[in-house]
Amino acid sequence: MNISLRALLGATVSFTLAGAALAETTITVATVNNGDMIRMQGLMDDFYAKHPDIKVEWVTLEENVLRQNVTTDIATGGGQYDVLTIGTYEVPIWGKQGWLTSLNDLPAEYDVDDLLPAIRGGLTVDGNLYAAPFYGESSMVMYRKDLMEAAGLTMPDAPTWADIEKAAAAMTNRDADINGVCLRGKAGWGENMAFLTAMSNSFGARWFDENWNPQFDQPEWKATLDFYLNLMNNYGPAGASNNGFNENLTLFNQGKCGMWIDATVAASFVTGKDSTVADKVGFALAPDNGLGKRGNWLWAWSLAIPSSSDAPDAAKTFVNWATSKGYLELVASKEGWANVPPGTRTSLYENPEYQKVPFAKMTLDSINSADPNAPTVKPVPYVGVQFVAIPEFQGLGTTVGEIFSAALAGQKTADEALAEAQTAVADEMKAAGYIQ
Amino acid sequence: MARAVSPRRKTLTTLAAWSVAFIIFFPVLWMILTSFKTEASAVASPPELLGADWTLENYAEVWQRSDYPRFFWNSVVISLGSTLLGLAVAIPAAWAMAFVPGKRTKDLLMWMLSTKMMPAVAVMIPLYLLFLKLGLIDTRFGLVIALMLMNLPIIVWMLYTYFREIPGEILEAARMDGAGLVKEILYVLTPMALPGIASTLLLNVILAWNEAFWTIILTTTKAAPLSAFIASFSAPQGLFYAKLSAASTMAIAPILILGWFSQKQLVRGLTFGAVK
Repeated sequence: MNISLRALLGATVSFTLAGAALAETTITVATVNNGDMIRMQGLMDDFYAKHPDIKVEWVTLEENVLRQNVTTDIATGGGQYDVLTIGTYEVPIWGKQGWLTSLNDLPAEYDVDDLLPAIRGGLTVDGNLYAAPFYGESSMVMYRKDLMEAAGLTMPDAPTWADIEKAAAAMTNRDADINGVCLRGKAGWGENMAFLTAMSNSFGARWFDENWNPQFDQPEWKATLDFYLNLMNNYGPAGASNNGFNENLTLFNQGKCGMWIDATVAASFVTGKDSTVADKVGFALAPDNGLGKRGNWLWAWSLAIPSSSDAPDAAKTFVNWATSKGYLELVASKEGWANVPPGTRTSLYENPEYQKVPFAKMTLDSINSADPNAPTVKPVPYVGVQFVAIPEFQGLGTTVGEIFSAALAGQKTADEALAEAQTAVADEMKAAGYIQ
Repeated sequence: MARAVSPRRKTLTTLAAWSVAFIIFFPVLWMILTSFKTEASAVASPPELLGADWTLENYAEVWQRSDYPRFFWNSVVISLGSTLLGLAVAIPAAWAMAFVPGKRTKDLLMWMLSTKMMPAVAVMIPLYLLFLKLGLIDTRFGLVIALMLMNLPIIVWMLYTYFREIPGEILEAARMDGAGLVKEILYVLTPMALPGIASTLLLNVILAWNEAFWTIILTTTKAAPLSAFIASFSAPQGLFYAKLSAASTMAIAPILILGWFSQKQLVRGLTFGAVK
């Protein structure tokens, strides 16, 4: 064999091996349209530099559409998605169903013990971590410092509902189009029911007793709904039964709310460039009623790998990158610490640079004060702070949400709404076989 | 004899027509205006118009964040493909129903139309499984088939209505001159029903272009059309109305332009046979 032929053969073999080594694995990531996720898509050069053999394709959808598509795909074993963006509601249910791949074998540098215990607990089923948190959130009080000062009041760091009512009364100025308080009223399990369920925990209410009997006929729920309706009717905006997160954000940013109790993620919006009150906003923990539970929720958008994925290793590599400490540092280096996805890692809150972010401590305190395994005062048979992690809850929550939203719109009284909710939930729970 | 219309009545009628047209078009107009505002200006209360902050930033960001040409091309292929395939199936079917009706033709037509009344979500899982087994998920071919089947009852019904306006004697004369079935349909029936076929084509292209249930369920990345493009800009947390409006404007602009230029044809086809 002459030298030229050997060289040619050698080159061919090298090219073939190199080609095999560089064979690209494409993974499809299903995600939602929010600032942190969009930011990640803009930082993909870092991932490609580290993993040139993996190509990532994005499917960005509205939250409910994403939930529908992903559920369909995962239930039929479609395998269209390799990484899913899912919430704390889905993880326990899907994990139990065997729909998700366990992430217990993430590399040591991932440092799973660094995850905030409350968030990690919500993503773990029977000792298996089924999703890696991308960002976590709770809820808190956002209030106008200038209006509070003008009213001669000071917002406590950990207010009670009585403090909130007093502040709402003092700040309401209908002539100036200022509402004392803005809260969610739009019907939906993730809309008004997220708020009301979390609020009810602080009043000692619960969705079900230990035997799955609905509890809307109990005095704790009556106290919750009466207080909510009274607060909103006296100091809330007109048409509040149509207001969700975005509507209240608009009102707050236009200076039309004295207080807004909602997701901690809103902090960056109300202090951002689109807010007319950016420099006048203060933060406080979600209110309580002296019963040892606050009215804040716990949520995390997390990355999970469906068991139907045909590229689980590449998917795991991506999840590891996107939820690692390194990613937080990458965001900080490119866009500043205020834009780092919050609420996932203890080390982030120990970082002196991050501690300078105005709402960092409040977010951590809010997350730490929520316990998905013991969400309210009395014992419950379910997991979840502002939801009940059973498959039936989406339907139940939306039904009850519609009833309570109608009560806010003045179409029924609190007593009528509670009686209707009790009947509707009891019927559904019987049909589902939870109770006789 | 046409009745004389007084100038006053004509003015009032014209004014009423323009008012109705404006009311119908207003949401689209507002969406287009919103797409040129900043996010803060887009949600201002009371709504801003003259004093709004105008910007092209939303379009720049939407363009930068997504692969618009790919979504656009998928929409073109899917809507045109499903309509042309639908016409190829529906023309012979409508011919048979219009010119060789059986005892159950009317029932058959009603049954076909009744399938459109079924909620799409009722067949979501079976269709998804079927597509999965056939490897048609996230393929343009799969969506062409799905949308063709969805719109076929409407195409057949529209064509049936147009074909019934054509005297059967003309087709009979063609047969007597030696035309076979294919020639009869291709060279006699089709040219005579061209306005109706054109309006059916346009209407179904619009229906397929705007379809936003199956096109989102059955696609992920490769075959996703502009309906999925819009969905990717919807956000329950955060004010992105201006960007969403920009994305929506980019998605509907092609079909709006098509509708504008073909409105004469559309109206002509839709009123075909209405006056005898």
